[in-house]
Amino acid sequence: MAISRDDVAYVAALARLELSEEELERYTVQLASILAHAADIAALDLSDLAPMAHPLPLKNVFRDDEPRPGLERDVVLAAAPAVEDHRFCVPRILGEEP
Amino acid sequence: MTPAAHDSGAWEWVVGLEVHCELQTATKLFCGCRNRFGDEPNTNICPVCLGLPGSLPVLNRQAVELAMRIGAALHCSVRPSIFHRKNYFYPDMPKDYQISQYDEPINVGGFLELPDGSRVGIVRAHLEEDTGKTTHVGGGGRVGSSEYSLVDYNRAGVPLVEIVSEPDIRSAEQARLYVSELRGILVATGASDGRMEEGSMRVDANISVRRVGSEQFGTRCEIKNLNSLRSLGRALEYEARRQIELLEAGETVVQETRHWDEEANRTTAMRSKEEAFDYRYFPEPDLVPLDPDPAWQRAVAASLGPMPADRRARILEVLGGTEASAQRDQVGVVVNQALDDLVLTAVDHGAPGSLALARAANEAAANPEAARRLDPKAFAQLILFEASGKLSSTQSKEVLGELLVRGGGDPEAIARAKGFEALAADALAAVIDEVIKANPAEWDSYLGGNDKVAGALIGKVMAATKGQADGKVVAAELRRLRSSS
Amino acid sequence: MLVAGELAGQIRRRERSAREVVTEALDRVAGGDAAIRAFVRVCADAALAEAEALDRRIAAGEDPGPLAGVPVALKDNLCTKGLETTCGSRILEGWRPPYDATVVERLRSAGAITIGKANMDEFAMGSSTENSAAGPTRNPHDLSRVPGGSSGGSAAAVAAGFVPVALGSDTGGSIRQPAALCGVVGVKPTYGLVSRYGLVAFASSLDQIGPLTASVGDAALVLEVIGGHDPADSTSIDAPVPRLSDAVEAGVEGLRVGVCLELIDGVARDVEARVREAAEALSGAGAKVEDVSIPELRYGLSAYYLIAPAEASSNLARYDGVRYGLRVDAPDAAAMNKATRTAGFGAEVKRRIMLGTYALSAGYYDAYYAQAQRARTLVTRAFDRAYAQVDVLLGATSPTTAFPLGAKVDDPLAMYLSDVCTIPSNLAGHPAMSVPFGTGDDGLPVGVQVLAPALGEKELFRVGGVLESLAPPIALPALGALGSVERT
Repeated sequence: MAISRDDVAYVAALARLELSEEELERYTVQLASILAHAADIAALDLSDLAPMAHPLPLKNVFRDDEPRPGLERDVVLAAAPAVEDHRFCVPRILGEEP
Repeated sequence: MTPAAHDSGAWEWVVGLEVHCELQTATKLFCGCRNRFGDEPNTNICPVCLGLPGSLPVLNRQAVELAMRIGAALHCSVRPSIFHRKNYFYPDMPKDYQISQYDEPINVGGFLELPDGSRVGIVRAHLEEDTGKTTHVGGGGRVGSSEYSLVDYNRAGVPLVEIVSEPDIRSAEQARLYVSELRGILVATGASDGRMEEGSMRVDANISVRRVGSEQFGTRCEIKNLNSLRSLGRALEYEARRQIELLEAGETVVQETRHWDEEANRTTAMRSKEEAFDYRYFPEPDLVPLDPDPAWQRAVAASLGPMPADRRARILEVLGGTEASAQRDQVGVVVNQALDDLVLTAVDHGAPGSLALARAANEAAANPEAARRLDPKAFAQLILFEASGKLSSTQSKEVLGELLVRGGGDPEAIARAKGFEALAADALAAVIDEVIKANPAEWDSYLGGNDKVAGALIGKVMAATKGQADGKVVAAELRRLRSSS
Repeated sequence: MLVAGELAGQIRRRERSAREVVTEALDRVAGGDAAIRAFVRVCADAALAEAEALDRRIAAGEDPGPLAGVPVALKDNLCTKGLETTCGSRILEGWRPPYDATVVERLRSAGAITIGKANMDEFAMGSSTENSAAGPTRNPHDLSRVPGGSSGGSAAAVAAGFVPVALGSDTGGSIRQPAALCGVVGVKPTYGLVSRYGLVAFASSLDQIGPLTASVGDAALVLEVIGGHDPADSTSIDAPVPRLSDAVEAGVEGLRVGVCLELIDGVARDVEARVREAAEALSGAGAKVEDVSIPELRYGLSAYYLIAPAEASSNLARYDGVRYGLRVDAPDAAAMNKATRTAGFGAEVKRRIMLGTYALSAGYYDAYYAQAQRARTLVTRAFDRAYAQVDVLLGATSPTTAFPLGAKVDDPLAMYLSDVCTIPSNLAGHPAMSVPFGTGDDGLPVGVQVLAPALGEKELFRVGGVLESLAPPIALPALGALGSVERT
C-alpha cells in the first residue's frame, strides 16, 4: 500500500502544512521510499506481541493536589505574537471546536 | 415551528448523553496551577498548562480519586487505564492535542437509577483535561462571524470527567431527569459544584429516532452547546422533530454535529469542515499507566456518603412512605438542593414531615445557598410553630424568608418583632414560665410580696429573649401571675 | 585535552579562578568557532558574571560542587531561562524560555557555567547538523565533513576543545553518532535516568539527555550530577544514580562482553576493524568476549522511523503561532497556523511530521504505528535474551566515519541509515556509550559503541574506562589552523 499523492496532501492538511506542487511530488516519492523500507516490519507476524508504548514498566506516578506558583502573566504575554486585554489574540476562527 | 403532521407515537427517540464535569480540585490535572473559576485572564498558567516546549505533565492524585468517587457512585468498575493524545488544532488548546482517556478509561460499565425508577446505563466515566476559554470579538461574539478571538488559558488543563451514557434515554423529560440526578450525584461525591451556568457541567447529546419496535439504531446527530436543563429538553424536542420530519418525507438524516442556538430555538449544522477530523489517538508517552490498587479503590468506595437515591429513600422513610408524586417531586428538590437536614431535623423535633418537606422544597429551596446555611433547629422550631397554629402559613413563610435573608436567627424573635401576636404573647409566657422554674427562691420571695426581686426576674427574662421582650409587659405579666396564683 | 573533573578540582582548591577558566573557554570559542559554528549563541557576559560569583563563593569558603567553574555547552533544545532557545528552527526564533530545564538547574547547582547554546539539527531531526536554521556545524577534525547529529554542535564544541563538557539529547543516536564522528565520549543513559523536563520534545518515549565529554570519567561525573529522580517528569526513575566515577576505574575482569554481529555487519570495513580491536583489548584486560547475534535488531530502523515521527508530529503541533515563536499572519486562525508552520519548519521536520501524521492517521494506525510498537517489543525481547548471556554488547556507533557536508542531504533514507546501529538502544530504553577508538582509513575518529541493559550504566562505564585507556591515540583537531586563540 504505497502512499499516494492524495495521502500526502491529506496529511499535510492535517498537520497544517502548505505544500507546493513540486514539494507534494517530492515528498510523495521520499515518504514512499521510507515506507517501503518499513515493509520489513509490516511483513512480520507480531500478533502475539503487545505494542510497547513505554520503555519503562512504571505506573501510578502522581503529584499531590497542592498549588505551586506559575508564571508571571506579563512574562508569558511578552513572548506572544499578538495580545489584547491580557489575552492571546488570534485571527478569527472559522470552525467550532470539534 | 409548525406542528409536525405525523403520528408521533410511531417514533421512538434514542438518546445518549455525554456530560463533562469539571472536578473540584485545588490544582489542574497535570500541573500545580490553581483550578479556579473567575480569576483574571491568564493568571493561573505555567509551562505545563501553556504547553511550552519542554514541559511535561504529572497526574494529580486527587483528580484520580474524584474520578474514582464518581465511578463508584455510578456503580462502575475501576480498570487499569492509560491516557491518549487526541490530536487536533484549535487555539484554545495549548499543545494542539488534548490528553484524554480513550479506549482504556478508568471507569467502565455502570448505571444511574432515576427517581422514576428507570435505569440509564453508563458506558464509561474517564479523565481528561479542559481547554482554555475563547472570547470572540466582533460579529456578535460568535465564532465564525467574529473579527478575531482572544484566548485565556486559566481553564486549560482543568480536570474533567466525561460521563458517557448508554443510548437508553427515550424522552426529553428523562434526559432532564438524568442530568439532574447526575448533577446531584456529582455534588454528593464532592467531585463537582454542579454549576451548569458557570460551565462546570456541560452536556452534549446524541440523538436518533426509530420506529417503535425497531431494534436498529437510526443515524444520529450530536448536539453541542446545551448549557441548561431547559436547553437540553428544547434541543432534543427540536432535533427529534426535525429527524422525524426528514424521515417521514422520505429523506435521510445526515450524521453530523449540530449546534443548539438558544435564541433561534433550533439546532443548526456546524460549519462543514475543510478537513475531516482524524484525531490520530495514540498513547501519551509523557504519562505512565494508571492502575489504582484495590485498597485505594476500597477506601474511595467506603468514603462515599449517601447518594441522592439513598437520601430520597431516607426522607420518604421518615415521612412514613408516600406514593404521591407531588411529594416525591418535593423530596427530589430537597435532595438536589442538599436540604435533607432541614426536613430530617424538623421531623426529629416532632414536626410533621409533610409540612417540613413543603417548606423546604418550596420556600427554602427558592434560596438554596442561604437555606444550606440555615440552622436546621431554627427551621424545625418554625415548622413546629406553624404546625401548632401559633403562626399562620403566611406568617411562617414570611418568617422563613426573613431567616434566609438574614442568614439565620431566632424564628420566635423574628415573629415577635414582626408583631405576630399569637406567638409573641404565648412565647413570652413560656419564657417567663421557664425563668420562674429556674429561679424558685426568687419567685417564692416575689409571691411573698417582695417587689424588689421583680427587677431580677425581669432582667432574666430580658436576657433569655435577648432584649426582645418589653420590660413593662414582663412586669405586668409577673403581677398577673402573682395575683392569679 | 581538557578534563572537567581536574578543572573543577583546581578551581575548588583556588589554584585557578573560574573567571580565568571561563575567559579562556570564551577566547577559544571566539578564536575558533567562526570556522566550526558549534555554537548558535554564546552568553559571555552571563557566563563571566556567574564565574565571578562562583569565585566569590569559593573565597568565602563555600564548595560550589563537583563541576565548579567548568564551562559547558548546552544543546539548543534544552530550555534556559531568559536565554534564547531555538532548537535550530526558525519557528522558535527569539523564544526565551521562562524556565530552566531540570538538567540546567542541576548543572548550575553543581557549579558548572553555561557559556552558550550548541547547534543542532532542527528539533533534533537529523544525523549531520545540516538541518539547522543557523546553518551547518563543521567537524573540527575536517572542516569539509559533518560533525554528525543531531547534537553536532555539542560534539564539535568538545572536540574542538572549546569546552570539556556539553549536553546533548539522543532519540535515535543523536549523542553517540556525533560523539563518534567527532572523537569524543557520548552517553545515552537509560530512559528515565535523566529528567526530560525542559528538553524540547522530539519523540517523548525515546528522548534522553546525556553528556558529551572529552573523557569517560567526565561523562560519569556529569551523569552523576544531571541524573536522578525528578518529580516534574512522570517517566523519571525513582532511584538514586549509581556511583559511576568508581566504575570507570573498576576494570572489566570477568565481565562478559558480546560483540553484536548485527552492529558490525554492513558497516565500513575500517570501522568494523576498530570494533574488533576494541573487543581484543577488552579480552586482554580480562573480559570474556564472544560473538552474539541478535537478528531482530535489523527491524529497529523501520520501527524507529515510524514511532519517532509519529510522536514528533504530535509534539510539534504546538508550534502554531498563537502563544510564542513565529507567526505568519493570515485572515483566519487555521490559515495562520498553516502559514506559520510552512514558513517556520525546515524540509526534514516537515517530512517527519507528515510521515508521523500518516502513521497515526485513520486506517493506517494498526499497519504502521501499532505494528512498529510491536516491533519495538520484539527488539526489546531480543536484547533481553542476549543479556541473559552477556553483560554488555559491543558494536559500531556509526557505520562510517564523518561524511562530507551535503553527501546525504538529498537522500533522507541514506541519512536515516546513519542511525542504524544506535537506534535499538533507544527503542529498548537501554543505556549506550560511544567511546573513541582509533581512526578510520581517512584518519578520522571511529567510535565504538558499548550497550548495556536498563540501568546497566555501571558496566557501561567499566568498559568505557578500559577502552579509553587502551585506545590508540587520535590526533587532536588542528585547532591552530582554525584561528588564533588570542581573544579578538
